[in-house]
Amino acid sequence: MPIDFPVLNFQAIAPELVVVVTAFLVMFAELFVDDKRILGYISILGLAMAAILNFALMAAFAPPTFQTMMISDGYSLILNLIFIIAAALSILISLSYLGDRELQHGEYYALLLFATVGMMLMGAATDLIIVFMGLEIMSIALYILAAFNRQQLGSGEAGMKYFVLGAFASAFFLYGVALVYGATGSTNLQEIGNWFSADRGNLGDPIALIGLSLLLVGFSFKIAAVPFQWWTPDVYQGAPTSVTAFMSVGAKAAGFAALMRVLMVSFGDAFTADWQLAVAVLAVITMTVGNIAALAQKDVKRMLAYSSIAHAGYILVGVVPGTIEGVQAVLFYLLSYTFMNIGAFAVIAVLERRSQVGSNIKDYAGLATRSPLLALAMMLFMISLTGIPPFIGFWGKLYVFRAAVEANMSWLAVVGMINSAISAFYYLGVVVQMYMRPVATEEDGDVAPALRISAPVVVTLVVTAIVTILFGVWPTPLVNLTSLAMFG
Amino acid sequence: MILSLLILIPIVGAIVIAFVPRDQDNMIKWLAVGITALALLVSLPLYFNFQDGVSGYQFEEIRPWIPALNIGYHVGIDGLSLFLVLLTTFLTLISVISSWTAITDGLKEYMIFMLLLEAAVIGVFVSLDLFLYYLFWEASLIPMALLIGKWGGARRIYAAVKFIIYTMAGSTLMLVAALVLYVNAGTSDLPTLVSTLNLSQNLQIILFFAFALAFSVKVPLFPLHTWLPTAHTEAPTAGSIMLAGVLLKMGTYSYLRFAIPLFPDAVAYWSPMLVTLAIIGILYGALVALVQDDVKKLVAYSSVAHMGFIVLGTFSGGQQGMSGAVLQMVNHGLSTGMLFFLVGVLYEQRHTRLFSEYGGIWVKVPIFGTYFLLAVFSSVGLPGLNGFVGEFVILLGTFSVNPIAAALGTFGIVLAAWYLLTATRKVMMGPFNEANRNLKDMNMREAGIAFALILFCFIIGLFPNLLFDKINPATAQLAETISATTLIAGQ
Repeated sequence: MPIDFPVLNFQAIAPELVVVVTAFLVMFAELFVDDKRILGYISILGLAMAAILNFALMAAFAPPTFQTMMISDGYSLILNLIFIIAAALSILISLSYLGDRELQHGEYYALLLFATVGMMLMGAATDLIIVFMGLEIMSIALYILAAFNRQQLGSGEAGMKYFVLGAFASAFFLYGVALVYGATGSTNLQEIGNWFSADRGNLGDPIALIGLSLLLVGFSFKIAAVPFQWWTPDVYQGAPTSVTAFMSVGAKAAGFAALMRVLMVSFGDAFTADWQLAVAVLAVITMTVGNIAALAQKDVKRMLAYSSIAHAGYILVGVVPGTIEGVQAVLFYLLSYTFMNIGAFAVIAVLERRSQVGSNIKDYAGLATRSPLLALAMMLFMISLTGIPPFIGFWGKLYVFRAAVEANMSWLAVVGMINSAISAFYYLGVVVQMYMRPVATEEDGDVAPALRISAPVVVTLVVTAIVTILFGVWPTPLVNLTSLAMFG
Repeated sequence: MILSLLILIPIVGAIVIAFVPRDQDNMIKWLAVGITALALLVSLPLYFNFQDGVSGYQFEEIRPWIPALNIGYHVGIDGLSLFLVLLTTFLTLISVISSWTAITDGLKEYMIFMLLLEAAVIGVFVSLDLFLYYLFWEASLIPMALLIGKWGGARRIYAAVKFIIYTMAGSTLMLVAALVLYVNAGTSDLPTLVSTLNLSQNLQIILFFAFALAFSVKVPLFPLHTWLPTAHTEAPTAGSIMLAGVLLKMGTYSYLRFAIPLFPDAVAYWSPMLVTLAIIGILYGALVALVQDDVKKLVAYSSVAHMGFIVLGTFSGGQQGMSGAVLQMVNHGLSTGMLFFLVGVLYEQRHTRLFSEYGGIWVKVPIFGTYFLLAVFSSVGLPGLNGFVGEFVILLGTFSVNPIAAALGTFGIVLAAWYLLTATRKVMMGPFNEANRNLKDMNMREAGIAFALILFCFIIGLFPNLLFDKINPATAQLAETISATTLIAGQ
């Protein structure tokens, strides 16, 4: 009797597979390799291969699916690109950062790759089960990475805090999945969507709506939206800077990836109006709280943690209209945020001497005279994060706010712009320190040591700075790229 | 091509200077002079090849920029912007030369920021696409703030931060308003927007406010002016020249370029308010200038008053007033730029700007004294010099529409004569203050700068039609837009 094997279309998950294989390879190779940096380079090689496959898939005529579980459509492929870039740039920072702190262990790179796979799963998932799997693969790897600097109390605290609160959020999410499944009888996003459009006449189902709000809670935790942001400052500050860089862009992008697909595919169309206001309010609170809290920070790493909360708010503005243009705007924003934020963290990693020493705002005083190029790079990132043209961050904001205006929610764009003006205060505070204050002298007690910048970090800075400027002046290629984003 | 070149030359120049070793001060200076002189040279054909009597844009250049979003690279000039572009290239060269000995620390960054500032300001004056314009508008902020914050006086950081926060907060609404226009029309191209948009009057009133707020902070219009005196007092001399000379004009120019043609129905609604604020600014600026004990602060407050005239002409003087306003922008750039420069000459030697430290110095520095007096005359509006033509035409235009405003404005001129001549008396005349016995008169470089500036003051004063012939077609078209809509509204 012939047995029907399901047809597995591995083409659809080729980039994910390559990253998984690389991760296992790195774990295995760690036994034989003395210089652990080689593992980092292997990881980058694997990511590069995944990126190539990813581009090849973009050329595909019809998006290939992996059963009903995953799809590699324009949306997921662009997100894959974001995750791959974030991972590769973070590894480049890690190479010397870990070495300086004697944290150079092979599993670091493997964990980072696993986290990347988790993110890619979240972007490509068309079933809530896979969303959850991706969420957990990513989160568990990140819990360990956050605590990776185990000699430091702060790092341990970061890992623990992230784990406890993250597990809690996962539970919320899972409960949401259960409720949605209970109401609709499916975990497949498209089928849930079909159920809703059929049932819309009966005003939906309260159980399904409660399920949706619990899913929102889970995602809000990962993207650090207020009021689920409490973990962010401590975790960002305590975790090794290279991990923070990765987490701040990758995990956020992954959270948005799944959030948008769930909202638009399962709860889209007629249902949009039901969550629109909730997301809009979430966006306003998130950006405002993030920005105001960031104003008070003295530690640059912590300040960027709060600013990343604020950015989650801006990005949510692009989610509100529930249109594909909004989605594309969000992807553009995430892509630009990846470069400028990792660039900023690369500068922080250079200046940081021991954990939590060297990242105080005072340590940036006179950086323009100590290291003109490093200061210039940091200034670029700060200006770009503020959203001042001609840098890439400006177009990200313009793009999401346009989505809000198109959806007849100009007030949201106004709130966003006012927030941008507030954020100028703390971002440019760093510029003020670097360019307008003198270097700390001996009398001040704390003399900054000479700066050492390793070659991989230079590469990171050059790449991120060039992207920030080039696509700030000429954003067309990125606009065209993100306009390929479509669901299924 | 010329306009794009004008934006590119300073940027490329800044990149070139970035590669010059830090200790090569002379090379950096000469390079900066060369680049700004080249920009000035390239900008000259704009004047000579400009066609008189033709309305509409000239030297236009349209290229796709972000085709997917229908945002284009569109630059061009008309009578409103022609002279502001020339003023920018001219004053940047002047600023660079005036910094010859004043800047010793971080000369390389200084020149780089100066050049980037020039590029951004020219970009503002030539952009005919909303987002291109916004890009340059915001981009001009950072180099100016850095010039103030790094090379300024004792409270420079406070001044720089205040400058940034004010201007950024002012322009937040403008971007949203631009987005609303863009979403409504599907394009951000200014000429297309002007000809196709058909917004309700209420919407126009709201959007006009959003744009005008950004412009009014920049001008600065009372009561949004408080950043200006601090910024001017703390800025290095060349920074003040650029700030007063061209950056403030970005605000008044943008009223004419964007706010009025895009929202003609809203002009009648907002004009009374803007005119009132302008008059308050004229009188308030003058009265505050009267009581200053610091020469530079006095000039800064005089800027508030003078810029008030430009706003007055823009919103209450019909076509005549607008033409006068455009001319007065150039005049103010020249005369106030010169005053700031001269104050800088004194400051460089004595490191103080207090009136009490000077007095009777004419005997010691006759050349300086002559130029100072001429600059004051130009600023006060003495016939034969440029200030007279501008203010006279503005008041003439205003009088035919709004006599009370004109009368109050005239009172402002009297006050201007009072405080500027008082300043001259306190600095130049009276008993000689012994603290100044080592004061040296202007050297060749400084005298050359002053001569170049005053030369143009005379040319404009004596032959204003050299400018008006080119300005009038543009303002006539603008006035037509407004009156056409007022007629419709009046029916």
